[in-house]
Amino acid sequence: MEYEVVIGLEVHAELATKTKIFCGCSTQFGGEPNTHCCPVCTGMPGALPVLNEKVVEYAIKAGLAMNCDIEQNSKQDRKNYFYPDLPKAYQISQYDLPLCKNGHLEIDVDGQKKNIGITRIHIEEDAGKLNHDEFGGGALVDLNRACVPLIEIVSEPDMRSSAEAKAYVEKIKAILEYLEVSDCKMQEGSLRADVNLSIRPKGETKFGTRTETKNLNSFKAITRAIEFEIKRQIEAVENGEEIIQETRRWDDDRGIGYAMRGKEDAHDYRYFPDPDLALIKLSAEYINNIRENLPELPDSRKQKYINELGLPEYDANIITGSKMLADFFDEATKYCDNAKSISNWIMGDLLRILTEKELEQVPFKPEYLAKLVVMIDSGKISSAIAKKVFEDMFETGENPEDIVTKKGLVQISDEGAIKEIVLKVLENNPQSIIDFKAGKDKALGFLVGQAMKESRGKANPQMLNKMFLEELNK
Amino acid sequence: MDITTLTIHEAKKMLENGEITSYELTKAYIDRIKKIDPIIKSYVTVCEDRALQQAKMIDEKRKNGEALGSLAGIPIGIKDNMCIKGVKTTCSSKMLENFVAPYNATVIENLEKEGAVILGKLNMDEFAMGASTERSAFFPTKNPWNISKVPGGSSGGSAAAVSADLAIATLGSDTGGSIRQPSSFCSTVGLKPTYGLVSRYGLVAFASSLDQIGPITKDVEDCALMMNVLAGHDSRDTTSANLEKLEYTQFLQNDVKGLKIGMPKEYIGEGINDEVKSAILSAADKFKSLGATVEECSIPVTEYVLPTYYIIACAEASSNLGRFDGIRYGYRAKEYSTLKELYEKSRSEGFGEEVKRRILLGTYVLSSGYYDAYYTKAQKVRTMVIEQFKQAFNKYDVLLTPTSPITAYDIGSKTDDPVAMYLSDICTVSINIAGVPAISIPCGFDSDNMPIGMQLIGKHFDEKTLLRCAYTFEKNTDFNSMKPEIGGI
Repeated sequence: MEYEVVIGLEVHAELATKTKIFCGCSTQFGGEPNTHCCPVCTGMPGALPVLNEKVVEYAIKAGLAMNCDIEQNSKQDRKNYFYPDLPKAYQISQYDLPLCKNGHLEIDVDGQKKNIGITRIHIEEDAGKLNHDEFGGGALVDLNRACVPLIEIVSEPDMRSSAEAKAYVEKIKAILEYLEVSDCKMQEGSLRADVNLSIRPKGETKFGTRTETKNLNSFKAITRAIEFEIKRQIEAVENGEEIIQETRRWDDDRGIGYAMRGKEDAHDYRYFPDPDLALIKLSAEYINNIRENLPELPDSRKQKYINELGLPEYDANIITGSKMLADFFDEATKYCDNAKSISNWIMGDLLRILTEKELEQVPFKPEYLAKLVVMIDSGKISSAIAKKVFEDMFETGENPEDIVTKKGLVQISDEGAIKEIVLKVLENNPQSIIDFKAGKDKALGFLVGQAMKESRGKANPQMLNKMFLEELNK
Repeated sequence: MDITTLTIHEAKKMLENGEITSYELTKAYIDRIKKIDPIIKSYVTVCEDRALQQAKMIDEKRKNGEALGSLAGIPIGIKDNMCIKGVKTTCSSKMLENFVAPYNATVIENLEKEGAVILGKLNMDEFAMGASTERSAFFPTKNPWNISKVPGGSSGGSAAAVSADLAIATLGSDTGGSIRQPSSFCSTVGLKPTYGLVSRYGLVAFASSLDQIGPITKDVEDCALMMNVLAGHDSRDTTSANLEKLEYTQFLQNDVKGLKIGMPKEYIGEGINDEVKSAILSAADKFKSLGATVEECSIPVTEYVLPTYYIIACAEASSNLGRFDGIRYGYRAKEYSTLKELYEKSRSEGFGEEVKRRILLGTYVLSSGYYDAYYTKAQKVRTMVIEQFKQAFNKYDVLLTPTSPITAYDIGSKTDDPVAMYLSDICTVSINIAGVPAISIPCGFDSDNMPIGMQLIGKHFDEKTLLRCAYTFEKNTDFNSMKPEIGGI
């Protein structure tokens, strides 16, 4: 039987405010355990929360960028449960009156565009962290992360494949980065997703029973966990088993998902309005002011690249999919008109090396990539040399002009010098001359190769080609 | 002359005139605590060294002619649910028996900024849940007027200490009557300010939407002096009102001419002890004779306020007390093998019976399937209570009721019947639900010579009228000058 997969995502993003959501402590990642803490975020008796207004502003920015309605009246509620990383034994979240509702995002999977509905976006506080392993048999609580602001973005069950889910999270990541409201560092947990997934026979309109796989914090994990869960559910159904509504975890090292707890012993969170916090009341003027000052978002930049710079949609999609790449591209094109060539370098070697080296930032200035392209275009260096210089730039972060000068990599384009090399190579390879004259065109390629070797890659290949032909045809 | 009988305003003058020093005054209280408190048992912690040091520092400053605050050198006691940095804050619970607060409550900062000397921490019903101070996990506090009787609660230690001259004034907290009822039982002046007038930052929460800190004092003038310091906006408490700061002492006028006083009939009807009722009616006559008008009025929603109060207060408490889980601080069970067991045992062993009862009640009313029937409905009644008080205040400047339907009762006589205990909160809980201010002042004694208190209720943030009204009554009667004889001492 053919099955259709139904996926909805809950994406949690840490907001990049300087201070926590309910106190003045730093939100900085890392730090000695329990050093970014105060009576409020450690849940001391008598301490009270005060809402950080920046959190509301950032959440509204995200809501507007994701086409949501912003609620002028919303409230904060307590979600009650016991866990050692939750110092107050309740998480302050938003239950029935979230800040943002009814939004949508457009995703693009292999040129196929699709709208994904966003049910709601609400603000809440993060919990602390338990450090197991470090201490015999128990766990240590680190509350540095407790009270760090989060937004939870809840989608409609609109996705039908892991590729769509991945594209959706990538889009959210790009938008949040463009808004500068979250640093979206997935390996630090500042962007993570819960996947709700069910399957149903193709054509069926009712939803199947769904499972929720929690806390996926890389694109690879999202994709693999979804693929795993689809396979598991289909196999279960084919074997006549019933899918149980349950919460699941994903073990990325072992590549398997497993049930965490069933919904039958799930918590009753006893949500109720937090009496320590006033209603959040926003004026239309305040919301409009944020709307009018939103920065440029990925979609509009993409259109600009396609329409004004003539980039292919595929390239524009990838570059604008990361604010870091798009900013790098914009900056580089200020120093060089050859946008297509800059884009090619980004799409090719730059992305490859970033991935290989697991880097989040390019270690040299965008201006340097522009200079590299200018040097190629002006014939100062060859493309082959440029590739080496580029690798060097990743190592040292230096200006390519300096690298070229220091290493003496300037292309030899002087006719006399080229002629010298050509004559030397011909003298050393009489057999090739015979071959060429006998009609073996391959011999020319061999001679040019030898000349490049002789010049340690610096000879201008076009000039070599031309001069060899001249000499051979004499 | 025994300087521990002084009021704040009397002691202030003597300190300013150099007749006494703060050290002498503080030492006199410490000595009296050592002598009398073994009988009354109002203090959980006495900060002897800290207090004497503070007093010396103030004396030094005074000697050097430095600027001094409005409570400079005045020894004050604090209910043991307000955090003082470096001092135990137990809430009279085994759960927090050894908990040393890492920070100061805003009220403590404000008092100390004005030079107050902190004598120590006062006994209470565990986590402020109770009306007799018998629910303290440590020991019951005795009523100075008769040590076989309860002092009321939950701020029983705070009221008993003022009544027995074990502190010049104290802070209490009031969620459903916990300042006013013990004030009435011990013949002190106790004010529950408008919700939001005094910061709750650093007050260990019982029911966040109802809790307010207020002063318990020997007379109304002292109450105003304390409010000068306590009232004010605090950016650390979102529910604190951002209003202009007032000098409450300026409203102490001996004049109620033309004042319109309402007497809601639901508060002096059935269930009110006859002696209490007649004391209130005499008080009404007194106000009339002083030029006020007194009329019967009605707040019909009153019959629903007790269940409403217990639903809201317990719901909030069940969540507020979740943090006492034995993980980061407080009591942790000795033996456990799983996390769940750690929670269950620590909380079962660390909390007393009444606290557990209220946590269970609160958990129940917030549970899915019951939420609307209880919590949502209670919120609707709350809106009605607010509305009906508003209507009453369209017509009257203040409302007059008994503070408690009964006077202080024998220790141990009611502990087995929690519902009977809840019913005696009838006169005070509506005020917290409506968020309005109310003051309890002495207005008589019953045939056993136990004090009777009357409650004056005011409009939101209209403490000034309450103070004027209470001051006038006090100036024209002599209930306030009566002192208990403690155990024949």
